[in-house]
Amino acid sequence: VTRITVPKTYKLYIGGAFPRSESGRTYQVADSKGNFVANAALASRKDGRDAVTSARKGHASWANATPYNRGQVIYRIAEMLEGRREDFSAALIRTTGISKAGAEEEIDAAIDRLVHYAGWTDKLAAVFGGANPVSGPYFSYSAPEPTGVVAAIAPADTPLLGLVAAIAPIICSGNSVVLVADKDTPNIAILFAETLATSDLPNGVVNILTGRAAEIMPYLASHADVNALDLSAASPELRTSMTEAASGTVKRVYSPRGEPNLRAAPGTARIRAFMEIKTIWHPVGAVSLAARGSY
Amino acid sequence: MELHYAPAPENAATGRLATRYQMFVDGKFIDGQGEDIVSINPATGEQLATVSAASSTDIDTAVEAARRAYSNVWSKMPGSERGKYLFRIARGIAERARELAVLETLDNGKPIRETRDFDVPTAAQHFFYYAGWADKLHHAGFGPRPAALGVAAQVIPWNFPLLMAAWKIAPALAAGNTVVIKPAETTPLSILVLAEIIADAGLPAGVVNILPGAGDVGSALVNHPGVDKVAFTGSTAVGKKIQRSLAGTSKKLTLELGGKGANIVFADAAQDQAIEGIVNGIFFNQGQVCCAGSRLLIQESIADEFLERLKARTSSLRVGDPLDKNTDVGAINSAAQLAKINELCAAGTSEGAAQWTSPASLPERGFFAAPTIFTEATSSMRISREEIFGPVLSTITFRTPEEAIAKANNTPYGLSAGVWTEKGSRAMGVAAGLKAGVVWDNTFNKFDPAAAFGGYGESGFGREGGPSGLAAYLETDDEGVLQ
Repeated sequence: VTRITVPKTYKLYIGGAFPRSESGRTYQVADSKGNFVANAALASRKDGRDAVTSARKGHASWANATPYNRGQVIYRIAEMLEGRREDFSAALIRTTGISKAGAEEEIDAAIDRLVHYAGWTDKLAAVFGGANPVSGPYFSYSAPEPTGVVAAIAPADTPLLGLVAAIAPIICSGNSVVLVADKDTPNIAILFAETLATSDLPNGVVNILTGRAAEIMPYLASHADVNALDLSAASPELRTSMTEAASGTVKRVYSPRGEPNLRAAPGTARIRAFMEIKTIWHPVGAVSLAARGSY
Repeated sequence: MELHYAPAPENAATGRLATRYQMFVDGKFIDGQGEDIVSINPATGEQLATVSAASSTDIDTAVEAARRAYSNVWSKMPGSERGKYLFRIARGIAERARELAVLETLDNGKPIRETRDFDVPTAAQHFFYYAGWADKLHHAGFGPRPAALGVAAQVIPWNFPLLMAAWKIAPALAAGNTVVIKPAETTPLSILVLAEIIADAGLPAGVVNILPGAGDVGSALVNHPGVDKVAFTGSTAVGKKIQRSLAGTSKKLTLELGGKGANIVFADAAQDQAIEGIVNGIFFNQGQVCCAGSRLLIQESIADEFLERLKARTSSLRVGDPLDKNTDVGAINSAAQLAKINELCAAGTSEGAAQWTSPASLPERGFFAAPTIFTEATSSMRISREEIFGPVLSTITFRTPEEAIAKANNTPYGLSAGVWTEKGSRAMGVAAGLKAGVVWDNTFNKFDPAAAFGGYGESGFGREGGPSGLAAYLETDDEGVLQ
């Protein structure tokens, strides 16, 4: 008698937990030949709201973590991904029909991309900020800070690398993210969520919704507690309508020209898109005492 | 013994006011096809000059001139040469500084002390600062070969007319772009004198084009298909409209919008210094400053005493003739702005806040508002939430640093904040917790071309000043693209 296997139920990833959609809706995930793989949760607007609430909490703790700690945690995600390489290889091959070598190449790239961003966390302020040589008796400096909560759409091609290439640059500076997974590969996204859940990442820093971006993103794009949108993986039509929705609360929108080549070496545009520059001024006492400025 | 100041008016003739001003397009001063603007002296309500305004045809002409100048001249010129033009402009502003200060005060209504000591010298400094970047763009942190965007459409407000022109034009030109800029309808004069300085500097025709006009001209300019970049400073409501209308285009956008800055005073603050800083924070330029410290947050234990001292100090501010060198608070820029200030003050009273108004005597004509402080305000009142853009301070108390940060951040805006405390760790800790693009610890309203300025949240995105200010005018996408 052949043993009956125990298939996994794919759910959402919100606040470090794996809830079903509050709507109770699911949809079927098929492999590259159209055969049934699993049911995935079809996230609703209310799931989007819950994810934003979690992301706000996650951002608070993550932004207060030390840069060294954030770097270690992102490096830890790379370690966990390395350890689950066989799971990802099997899932990628089954869902996308990619070759074994192709799957291995994508996993390698995803791990290396995480390591790349793990090394950014404690260099951002030095590279994108600094002391301002102002012409007065003041010490003035500018330093980057995370924008806050970012809503992102995962790229469809290279589903694992796409998740990493979208998430890592957002979180490395201290942002949290609500990511809408690619509709056709939600199992890869939730497998990655399981990796995140075992990586010492504070709850709520990464939240993953599976379902239809066109249904969930409009809600996130107009949500007042979302600070920025990553639309680099969105269709031109969705980019336009989501930017229009974002204007209601003056969100930052990352919508670079063309379709990003995620396999290419990353620049810094994705990191910069989700940082604020804060300038702080303070009088320089010795000069103030010399009566050149009283406050 | 009662002491009086003798009047010390600056000579208005120094402003070399003309009866009529023309647009500056393609290196020439020409008449536009729009209906003339009448510029009013807010201190008297009388006409200063007529100004030729742009029509949609003029916008086409200016954008085409800017495109030609970009393609044929400016984009081919080495940065070192571009920089020298900017240095010339900086020198030109400095040489005509007194004239510009007087003209700005006549047109805007702000005290001559401010235009003379801040607006004009800082505008010159801004050109001087960005001039030096023109041949060093590859050192600015945006990759080894940063590229200009093309034609920049810029729309600026009336609160710092010349300075905002400098903030917009200098980094755009340094980065290698050409410019079509629209000044505010009520303050078009100083930028048209800047146009003379630009012409005298020999800047190639079409590199800077100046189109006076009202909001419809601004709207048509930012939506013109021939521009590659839009930079807007003004109200959050208009900024939202621009972001929406640019959705789906490839135009790069930066927005410098409104604010509702919190000035947080802890019980251990040096009170005399804090009072000076708060007075500067809200009454500088009649409070018509996007980063004004318009919400005062006082630690409860010192609130009563502190407010009495603040009111006493505020009572001594002299409100009146902006051309008088002793004037602290000048005229509100327009009748419409004065009406908005008065409307919000009335809302503060009707919502239950206690209004205190300086006993300063106001001139009989012109647009003037006396310094006003609201106490017993709550965070939900309109005077605590909406940008008043006038000499009106609303006061709220707090007990703990955590409460102060929460109340300061309880706004959709996030442009500026102030922190007053003698304890260094608290100053730095609170500054870190504030969601504001500029935080002044034990000072307020300090600006420098070398320091980035700009907001969080609905105060806009992008920065002006410093290396960050260059990013607004450079192609900074460095991500590989699939062909």
